[in-house]
Amino acid sequence: MYLRDIISFSLRASLGYPVRTFLMLLAMAIGVGSVVILSTLGEGARRYVIGQFSNLGTNLIIVLPGRSETVGGPPPLLGITPRDLTLDDAMALRRSSSIRHVAPLTVGAAPVSAEGRQRETTILGSTPSLLPLRQLEMAQGRFLPEGDPTRAAPICVLGYEIKAELFGAAPAVGESVRIGDRRFRIIGVLSDKGESVGMDMGDIVIVPVASAQALFNVSSLFRVMIEASDRDAIGRAKEAIAAIIRERHDGEDDVTIVTQDAILATFDRIFVALTLTVAGIAAISLGVAGILIMNVMLIAVSQRRSEVGLLKAIGAPGNRILTLFLVEAAILSLVGAAFGLILATAGTWVLGRVFPDFPLFMPLWSLAAAVGVALSTGLVFGVLPARRAARLDPVQSLSRR
Amino acid sequence: MITLAGICREFMVGDERVAALRDVDLTIATGEYIAVMGPSGSGKSTLLNIIGLLDRPDAGTYLLDGEDITGLGDRQQAALRRHKIGFVFQFFHLVPRMTAAENIELPMILAGIDPSERKQRVAATIDAFGIGNRARHRPDQLSGGQRQRVAIARAVIMQPHTLLADEPTGNLDRVSGGEVVEILEDLNSRGLTLITVTHDPDLGKRAGRRIRMVDGRIESDR
Ligand SMILES: Nc1ncnc2c1ncn2[C@@H]1O[C@H](COP(=O)(O)OP(=O)(O)OP(=O)(O)O)[C@@H](O)[C@H]1O
Ligand SMILES: [Mg+2]
Repeated sequence: MYLRDIISFSLRASLGYPVRTFLMLLAMAIGVGSVVILSTLGEGARRYVIGQFSNLGTNLIIVLPGRSETVGGPPPLLGITPRDLTLDDAMALRRSSSIRHVAPLTVGAAPVSAEGRQRETTILGSTPSLLPLRQLEMAQGRFLPEGDPTRAAPICVLGYEIKAELFGAAPAVGESVRIGDRRFRIIGVLSDKGESVGMDMGDIVIVPVASAQALFNVSSLFRVMIEASDRDAIGRAKEAIAAIIRERHDGEDDVTIVTQDAILATFDRIFVALTLTVAGIAAISLGVAGILIMNVMLIAVSQRRSEVGLLKAIGAPGNRILTLFLVEAAILSLVGAAFGLILATAGTWVLGRVFPDFPLFMPLWSLAAAVGVALSTGLVFGVLPARRAARLDPVQSLSRR
Repeated sequence: MITLAGICREFMVGDERVAALRDVDLTIATGEYIAVMGPSGSGKSTLLNIIGLLDRPDAGTYLLDGEDITGLGDRQQAALRRHKIGFVFQFFHLVPRMTAAENIELPMILAGIDPSERKQRVAATIDAFGIGNRARHRPDQLSGGQRQRVAIARAVIMQPHTLLADEPTGNLDRVSGGEVVEILEDLNSRGLTLITVTHDPDLGKRAGRRIRMVDGRIESDR
């Protein structure tokens, strides 16, 4: 039997029962469509987050106190408590030519009050380098002035949210606020642009790092943010940071150095896993479609008993019957998958219209995977009915009308 | 040439064994015209199904053209059905979604015959059977007699040497039944071995050899 004849026989057999064929196509189309749409959403979300992280500042390196890796082997005999990361450590890092900006960070929470209103807010102690490093923008006034970072000064910069809550629409620059039990003069307000993932830059007060240390009575830093001089310098900058800190900490490697690339890679992995998960959940609907296909094919086989008996009587072996029914299931799955892709394209287009800001991206692998899964479900769930047809006893199938 | 020796066929109905054929011996020469007759349940259809390789005997040997077919597999038996045996049924068994011409073409499609040759042979057969103006009709648009003619055309399109017809006129009125018998006898006169099962004594008389079955045995063979 020619392949062409096998295909046209199976195709016409499925067209002979339009209702069941339509149902199968619908089930397949919905399954394939939801796999593709959900992975499109997942991939879009991944790209969105990665994009946001790239906004965070380029060539970013973060130094945290303490080692984060847990290394195997026996615990040290003498308990080594990690040394604090100090402001002097941070300033020493400026030595390296691979490093452009160094912004030490001290973080705490304190009540901030002005004009009789009070709010508990995050207080961030840093240096002028934070502005370019986090790509912040000023709405009014100016950012922290250059100067000796170890000198405290009673000045602060407000995030736009806290400014609005304390002062409303009234100008805030030049006014003063009370943070804890100290007074600070407001020299600037951040704009609501330049906000980036990882920290809410609206509800925040930025003060010189030494002032924050005095306020919270600490000598250590929360972390140090560093911008390498360019992308290629990231590796060298990391080595330089490690060497400088080691030298200052009596030869101990007691800090963790994280690069933006590493963070991005982690997020990338998380989102790929997430996308695969939702696509996998959607694939369950393909399984449901498969079961529907099996049922409909089983009905088809019993409807076509006498046809199968006849085919055997005029010389078709059981294997040929099996092939014919499997090809029928495969054709239905593929056509259903094609409709599913059309459905997904239409759905994506509509989503793009409704949420124009959300980056939708239809990943090619999801198209291939959806069609592949559709075809294999069709075949897997088509096997049982096809085998039943192939095993029909011709005498019995022909004895009834 | 068909040779049956000691053929037995039993069915299990519930816990009971029903013997449909008991120790049947039969030799049929090429070109014979045989009518198989007998009361209902005497094993006529079962005999025909075994000769047509739709069913397997439980015991005995069956030689088709000198070849023992009892040990053949599904594939080889299917090939023999395709090339050596044609079937005509009481209920026609045309594929409802196919036109008359397509039903006639079906055995050749299964046999993998080239499309251009298929077309030629279908056209010739349709002419020979006088169904030219009905070739594009579906079975439900045909009369019983026309359907059975299409079915016979389908049975002989592969040029088998034996045609098995199980009550081919059982579902037809006298006139179209007569026409169908004429077609079958015409095919027989051209050398085709014809074995029909019938309840109609007049029809039986026309056959060159009458086999009467009772209770799974051949009672008389003249
Ligand atoms: N698949 C089957 N299962 C059980 N018993 C069967 C089966 N096929 C046939 N029989 C039994 O075998 C016997 C012979 O049946 P068969 O169909 O050959 O009779 P028949 O001579 O063709 O009868 P009729 O003239 O009514 O068509 C009957 O008793 C029948 O009940
Ligand atoms: Mg019968």
